[in-house]
Amino acid sequence: MPAFPVAAAEAVGDARLRGNLRHATHTIRDKRARAVAELPDWPELRAAGAAVKDRTLRHLDHYLERLERAVTAAGGHVHWAADAAEANRIVTALVLATGEREVVKVKSMVTQEIGLNAALAEAGIRADETDLAELIVQLGDDLPSHILVPAIHRNRGEIRDIFRDRMADRGRPAPEGLTDDPADLAEAARLHLRRKFLDAKVGVSGANFMVAETGTMVVVESEGNGRMCLTLPETLISVVGIEKVVPTWRDLEIFLQLLPRSSTAERMNPYTSMWTGTTDEDGPRAFHLVLLDNGRSDALADTVGRQALRCIRCSACLNVCPVYERAGGHAYGSAYPGPIGAILTPQLRGVTSELDASLPYASSLCGACYEVCPVAIDIPEVLVHLRERVVRGGEVTVRGTRTVIRPAGGHAAERAAMRAARWVFDHPGVLRAGQRLAARTRRLAPRRRLPGPGRAWTDTRDLPPVPAEPFRDWWRRSRGEGSGR
Amino acid sequence: MRVALFITCVNDALYPRTGRAVVALLERLGVRVEFPMDQSCCGQPQYNTGYRHETEPLVRRFARAFAGYDHVVTPSGSCAAMVRDNYPRIGARAAAEGRGGGLAGAVAAVAPRTLELTEFLVDVLGVTDVGASYPHTVTYHPTCHGLRALGLGDRPRRLLRAVRGLELVDLPGAEECCGFGGTFAVKNAAVSAAMGADKARHIIGTGAAAVCTVDNSCQTHIGGTLSRLGSTVRPVHLAEILASTEKEPW
Amino acid sequence: MSGREEVLRRVRRALADVPAGETPADVPVPRDYLRGHSPADPVETLAERLMDYRAVVRRTDGAGLPALIARLLAARGTRTVVVPAGLPAGWLSAADGVERVPDSAGQTPHDLDAVDSVVTGCAVAIAETGTIVLDGGPGQGRRRVTLVPDHHVCVVRVPDQVVGSVPGALERLVPSRPLTWISGPSATSDIELSRVEGVHGPRTLEVILVSM
Repeated sequence: MPAFPVAAAEAVGDARLRGNLRHATHTIRDKRARAVAELPDWPELRAAGAAVKDRTLRHLDHYLERLERAVTAAGGHVHWAADAAEANRIVTALVLATGEREVVKVKSMVTQEIGLNAALAEAGIRADETDLAELIVQLGDDLPSHILVPAIHRNRGEIRDIFRDRMADRGRPAPEGLTDDPADLAEAARLHLRRKFLDAKVGVSGANFMVAETGTMVVVESEGNGRMCLTLPETLISVVGIEKVVPTWRDLEIFLQLLPRSSTAERMNPYTSMWTGTTDEDGPRAFHLVLLDNGRSDALADTVGRQALRCIRCSACLNVCPVYERAGGHAYGSAYPGPIGAILTPQLRGVTSELDASLPYASSLCGACYEVCPVAIDIPEVLVHLRERVVRGGEVTVRGTRTVIRPAGGHAAERAAMRAARWVFDHPGVLRAGQRLAARTRRLAPRRRLPGPGRAWTDTRDLPPVPAEPFRDWWRRSRGEGSGR
Repeated sequence: MRVALFITCVNDALYPRTGRAVVALLERLGVRVEFPMDQSCCGQPQYNTGYRHETEPLVRRFARAFAGYDHVVTPSGSCAAMVRDNYPRIGARAAAEGRGGGLAGAVAAVAPRTLELTEFLVDVLGVTDVGASYPHTVTYHPTCHGLRALGLGDRPRRLLRAVRGLELVDLPGAEECCGFGGTFAVKNAAVSAAMGADKARHIIGTGAAAVCTVDNSCQTHIGGTLSRLGSTVRPVHLAEILASTEKEPW
Repeated sequence: MSGREEVLRRVRRALADVPAGETPADVPVPRDYLRGHSPADPVETLAERLMDYRAVVRRTDGAGLPALIARLLAARGTRTVVVPAGLPAGWLSAADGVERVPDSAGQTPHDLDAVDSVVTGCAVAIAETGTIVLDGGPGQGRRRVTLVPDHHVCVVRVPDQVVGSVPGALERLVPSRPLTWISGPSATSDIELSRVEGVHGPRTLEVILVSM
């Protein structure tokens, strides 16, 4: 994967992509604002949501063990995976043990993160995505580009073409004469997936919340594909990040208000499923919960970055982000795009690759993400913190081990410039001399073409003219040295 | 009441007119400002790019230069936010890392007293009509740090609405970032330029003669983009509008 | 080392900054949000919000319920209807000519797919969000019976089954039961963020508010 600026520049040049993204993000952001404005106690809910998550994270071991006990007591089986490979091994073995070679999947960020479908395919297991957007992505051999709406980069015409050309490869073909009307497209997905749901013996899901106190799992969704996967198969395997645990049943009253309004901008999403272990003669006979670390404990070890683990994957930050709107989700090179991805991915994967080291810079620090975040993650704060990790290196936790990393490459000139600037700013006499020099030579100053890195500015923007006299010289001339200190 | 002017490095070097407008405005309102010569840059460019350690000497300098004032006033939402939001953070981190040297304490004394110009006018002086006159059509772009970090709210617009002859027109997508973001503008130049172009398009679409902000750094981006597009819309800092009177148009 | 021990070891190491004596209760959680947003007329609000998300809302009283259910089934041309265990006998008493299919463990999803409608009660309904919650109790059936048939008729006793807001609903529910929260018919916004009703779940949700 190329670094963010390279991939983003390509996306910026794609007029259709920009149109799709702009339309979709603006539609949802306006709706979200209206849904949130309906609740007079939104700030209090937000503060409570953040606090519950903080409490959970600071005592995560306690809550995970409690969750394990509750799930087990309710008839479920709990597995633990330190990394993606281990999680994939566990899930593969569980599926193989059922004797089945096909699974139906509910949309899940975490299985995207660990590359589960590819791992299953290697073991001869076919995984069918059932969320409409995930289906579009899977049929198009594409990657998700948004947390809530993975095919946000596709418009209706593109989706029609994908369905028409590719549905037959994976089952029931698209109806003859399929139009690009969203209702027709949704109907085509219904028909294509119907038999898969009815025949499914194994379902794979993630979860939005896990209640430590009761062992209850919660999945919110809209289409009913989730309910299909969670209730019709005989075996259900849920792969869930360890940060998704909440302490008590009562805590759901906060998150079930925060999440739908922030996410789909609805008062409540059409379907929420809650199950606790297994229930006799209702739903799957076997339930397996795979608790996944995969870098989360490394993020937990960072007292500034830790707050990223509060995330409830609502995607409100993506929908308001001016950078995401123009760069699209693929430029972020991970399952987690947008502002949250820019702080989560470098913590889960580290900053050693060029792409991951570029993610903390994929922001103008405008703060719109923080403003809408339902659990008050100060994304700009964490971005700046991770920038420091990139340029300075230092102590971090990698796969559970404290280690000292070196500064990422490619920042030597910048570091020198920053240090020089700091030195000049810390020596006002030098600063003044420099300003005077600039003023004297101002007619020579370029406004349209800077050399070096400055060209990135002057390619599209003029520079302001250099004034004849800096402010401090005017002050001294008009007020004298004595009027300050 | 001892009031110090923190002019910011951008205004000092590139926009001295804005600084002079702040002085003229405050003096017209009966406030005698002082200008501590030891002041420099707030360190935001370093801090926001990941050079927290390199920022510390500038934080220390700021705390020293502005110690003892009742208010530190600055015509920049972004620099005010840097001081108010990030200085305490920098002080706390330095202390936690054993490099404190009293930084946290020095910062605590000065950070809360640092106000963006419109906060000082509306909250401290209690004025929204400053007796200004500016007979032009103006649209207002609320810059991100003023809007979100400081929560300036409608203070700038209230001040603008009280200006004689000024017609304030709404800017579509006003609360969207202009794409400046400090080093973001060069590190992610393509996205930054696209954001700037959209902002410029909205500004031009208002038909206003001038676009007003409370941050000359953002204005450099907006102005530079407008200029490259050949637009005649004039970027202007709010202080210059407020300094302008019928007798002495700024 | 097992995955379990490794994950817990990493988590504990990561939390080295948390003082040894700190307990979860030491981390404050301000719960000064509202217990409810007290809509003036919860039943009215429920009806309005249900309709807002394209559920069809009908109203009747206990005496009128059987006739109304019969009418709704007839209007759809329903020939078969799933009957959950414990559904009050009277509810379907007027549905002449409609074959009753009892909800049973032996039913396959394919069997259910051949059924036209399902009639259920519910455990609780949330006014503010336009949500009905089923908990598998009497008259509600297994989760799949309100999923596979394309037409769901859900009876809500008003006002006693209606709560104002989400916190009120959680107080009334038992976590150990399998719960399904339903807010309007199945929907998607995956295509250009425009909402389309009816994907995999029942495409028609009719909610009957029965005053008791």
